[in-house]
Amino acid sequence: MILSNLETIPGARVTRHLGLVSGNTIRAKHIGRDIMAGLKNIVGGELEGYTELLAESRNEAISRMIQMAQSMGANAVVNVRFSTSSVTQGAAELFAYGTAVVIEPLAAQAPRPPAAPPRPGPGQGQGRGGPPSI
Amino acid sequence: MENMGAENIFSMVMTWGTPVALILIGYFVGRYMERNHLASLARREAAMTIAIPTSMKTPPDRPIAQSFLVTGSVVIASDYFKTFGANLKTLVGGRLGTLETLVDRGRREAMMRMREQAAAYGAQLVLNVRMETSTITRSQGKASMPSVEVLAYGTAVVFKDG
Repeated sequence: MILSNLETIPGARVTRHLGLVSGNTIRAKHIGRDIMAGLKNIVGGELEGYTELLAESRNEAISRMIQMAQSMGANAVVNVRFSTSSVTQGAAELFAYGTAVVIEPLAAQAPRPPAAPPRPGPGQGQGRGGPPSI
Repeated sequence: MENMGAENIFSMVMTWGTPVALILIGYFVGRYMERNHLASLARREAAMTIAIPTSMKTPPDRPIAQSFLVTGSVVIASDYFKTFGANLKTLVGGRLGTLETLVDRGRREAMMRMREQAAAYGAQLVLNVRMETSTITRSQGKASMPSVEVLAYGTAVVFKDG
């Protein structure tokens, strides 16, 4: 499944539009993370626990969207958008949506566009200052 | 009399000690961490020569090997000193410079993570980069500690000719 936030997939041609697909998830933070974040709030900076939590949830929303697209027989989702809204105190909804399409590679010599690389783990991996490690 | 004075000082320390200590810790540790973070951002931004973020929607006319969605996100929070200062500043209004740098750091970090993810697959360009910022407010008693989540996302493009 190839994702893109453009109207097309660069290097491929859209042959069929299958309609809107979406995926959502609502996550609440847990108290351990909240306490750690509270301590971190004294000195400021990145709240790794929350970064991780939100990245995890966003990936969950994306994978639900991908599942929906797969069930429609799509092989790509274009025009992907994200939205975040807080539902209640301490819980957030993460929502991903896009248009499911069927694509085929542009040039005849190009077989199929290679599958999109695996999504990196929560928090997008690398710590500050470390080498990019995905 | 001397005993009374000592008692007064003791009760003053008990009342004001904690907030003042938190503000001092927030100021010194926060400033140190911010300086480190800015230095790290500057270093990584200088080292990153590929995965150029753009807001274009159409790729240049070159053969494309693959394209995929890349994201980078960070939750960044203000420290005690900045929050205290910002609360004072809201009495008179105007620019909140300390919070400006905070959000800017978050944006640069999120953008950098997105680019690092794209660069790991050899992408030369990231098209249609979008930034989304959402507030995550933690209530702590009466005061709330400002923190924001910044998400940067775009479509990474790998060209065939590299």
